[in-house]
Amino acid sequence: MTQFNPGDRVRVREDFPPGHIRTPVYVRGKTGVVKRKFGVFPNPELLAIGRDGMPAKALYEVRFRQKDLWPDYSGSGADTLDIDIYEHWLAKL
Amino acid sequence: MQEHTHSHDEMPHAPPAQDEKIHSYYQVLGLALKELLIEKKIITPAEIRQAIEFRDSITPATGAKIVARAWTDHAYKQRLLANGTEAIKEFGLDMGATELVVVENTPAVHHVIVCTLCSCYPRAVLGLPPSWYKSREYRARAVREPRAVLREFGTVIPESVELRVHDSTADMRYLVLPMRPEGTGKLTEQQLAALVTRDSMIGVSLPKSA
Repeated sequence: MTQFNPGDRVRVREDFPPGHIRTPVYVRGKTGVVKRKFGVFPNPELLAIGRDGMPAKALYEVRFRQKDLWPDYSGSGADTLDIDIYEHWLAKL
Repeated sequence: MQEHTHSHDEMPHAPPAQDEKIHSYYQVLGLALKELLIEKKIITPAEIRQAIEFRDSITPATGAKIVARAWTDHAYKQRLLANGTEAIKEFGLDMGATELVVVENTPAVHHVIVCTLCSCYPRAVLGLPPSWYKSREYRARAVREPRAVLREFGTVIPESVELRVHDSTADMRYLVLPMRPEGTGKLTEQQLAALVTRDSMIGVSLPKSA
């Protein structure tokens, strides 16, 4: 399993599988920075179909610049968005 | 019974419901499940009522006490920011299957909470979310144009302050620790708690001023 550390630049998988996915479409394919690791949790994509959620997945807080998410973002260039993403949705840059 | 003082011409009541039938699929499903659990003696009606009473007893005043404690007790604030789940146990509160992450507003960063996927909310410390928090409009716009959303709440965050949105997509529940208003140095913890509003702990507004 890929492990990430705070400060790592990561890209969210640009993928559109069916089912219960807790990675919103607006961050897929976008680049951000890992801020912290929250621990390891049962995989919600498997829990949603009645499985036990194993193997568990590491959950990371990933920070994006708003201007990287929305090219026409109207606020300050320093504005950010933090979101919780499971490891299998992240790739190290 | 409360006295009926207002005029019906000004404020008409809706007619009493003639039909109290259960309509939606999920209402039927919920009731069927409840009846089965009771019939099989897995839970009692009293336990269900007690669970509802406990849920109703948690209001934004609960979160306000936590914020006021953090404003007056530096060591508590450090514990709260380091591990919110553990720190709220000091108030007899339990996050259950989720974890609490407390994010602190500072002169440099202002935090706002949203759940774009559903309506994740720190219910253990704020109670039930307001209906606007669950609306598609808030959920979509809070990440897309948060400054415009905040302005509609009457909240203007200077461009020099970083606005940081938290989208709660997993098991973490977020609570904003607002900045203590100026001129409140002499207030007691209880007086401070009265300044802390629900919306200031979601981050769409600021606490009341003293």
